[in-house]
Amino acid sequence: MTPMVDLFSLLLTFFMLTTSFRPQEAAPIETPNSVSEKQAPDNDIMTIFISKEGKVFFNFDNGKDTSTHFRTKLLQKMGEQYQVTFTPKELDKFSKMSSFGMPFKNVKDWINSNEPKDRDKLQIGIPTDSTDNQLAWWVRLARITNLNAEVAIKGDAETNYSVVKKVMDLLQENKVNKFNLVTNLMKDEVTMKDMPK
Amino acid sequence: MGEIIVEEKGKKGGKRQAKKHSTRIDMTPMVDLMCLLITFFMLTTAFSKPKVMVITMPEKDTDKDKPKGPEIPKNRTLNILLTEGHKVYYYIGIADPKKPAEMPQLVKTDFSKDGIRKFLLVKNKDLFTKIAEYRDKRVTGKTVVADTTADNAIKKMKKEDQKGPIVLIKADDKAKYKDMVDIIDEMAICNIASYAVVDMTKTEQDMLLSAPK
Repeated sequence: MTPMVDLFSLLLTFFMLTTSFRPQEAAPIETPNSVSEKQAPDNDIMTIFISKEGKVFFNFDNGKDTSTHFRTKLLQKMGEQYQVTFTPKELDKFSKMSSFGMPFKNVKDWINSNEPKDRDKLQIGIPTDSTDNQLAWWVRLARITNLNAEVAIKGDAETNYSVVKKVMDLLQENKVNKFNLVTNLMKDEVTMKDMPK
Repeated sequence: MGEIIVEEKGKKGGKRQAKKHSTRIDMTPMVDLMCLLITFFMLTTAFSKPKVMVITMPEKDTDKDKPKGPEIPKNRTLNILLTEGHKVYYYIGIADPKKPAEMPQLVKTDFSKDGIRKFLLVKNKDLFTKIAEYRDKRVTGKTVVADTTADNAIKKMKKEDQKGPIVLIKADDKAKYKDMVDIIDEMAICNIASYAVVDMTKTEQDMLLSAPK
């Protein structure tokens, strides 16, 4: 019995120390593979998720120094833009949540809903059409809120390129020319042996 | 919980014997709890951190007065067109609708090892050989340098390269996101020095329509 308990304690300690929780995501996304070994930054990053169906979700972190409350600030700015006011409680709750994707008028409902089922129902994607381009506002205000924020695009492998292009064009309009495309690592090496004669 | 087994021998009268305490503790609940916690941590841990591929896009020309960049030599320009069904087409040179006689031919290929990669390797032979030799020297221990130094050296080689192709990647609306990532990945694999993701022109869309299926 004792050796087993010893082993368990060891494992438990290991997992507790190394753990970094898997963030909740708005939609299941299977990223394409690449040989890139660069790690995604943990902080100061805004991620745009593009699901298989072309729905767009957004995530923004609180920054390295969590006392900066970037998420709260961003939501306040968005609220000013769309004339929605949030209570301090709602702002606080929002800062602890993760990726989201819904028209701005539904953000309040999303924050206040406690049932995961209701929450998932609200995740219908951020509107990106030219008449009401809310994603552009999210990006623009996020850029102002956190000046160091980089942009990552996490798209599903089977997404139509047209949707991705739309997002990239939108980002370029906001003077973002460097993207981090989130991928899965898959080693594929080519040596001189592969060089055709 | 943690019962202590007490052995008591009742003796009638006589001296009272000291109680014998067994020091064994029942550890089963603790082990149960530990199992539970381990399972919880194992399931919620994100071990492999996501990797990213950095891509810098050419700045959009909004300013018309801005001086144009240097002209790209025609024979070095390699255009890669991506379209539906994970198909890849390429042509060399410039497709100018005003010069129908000089219209380049589209060549069909795919993402396999003998497809676009083979072509890119042949095109980029000089630079690829140079980088491969440099990496080889590091592996065999002939040159000992830090990783960052090596990266910079490779970057320099890429910058100085004057022979390799300049690749323009163009995808149409029917292409999938995966195709785009795959082709940029091929650029990294084949050590292509300069490549850019640009919009597809109308001429090229027409070319694709009449391309070999």
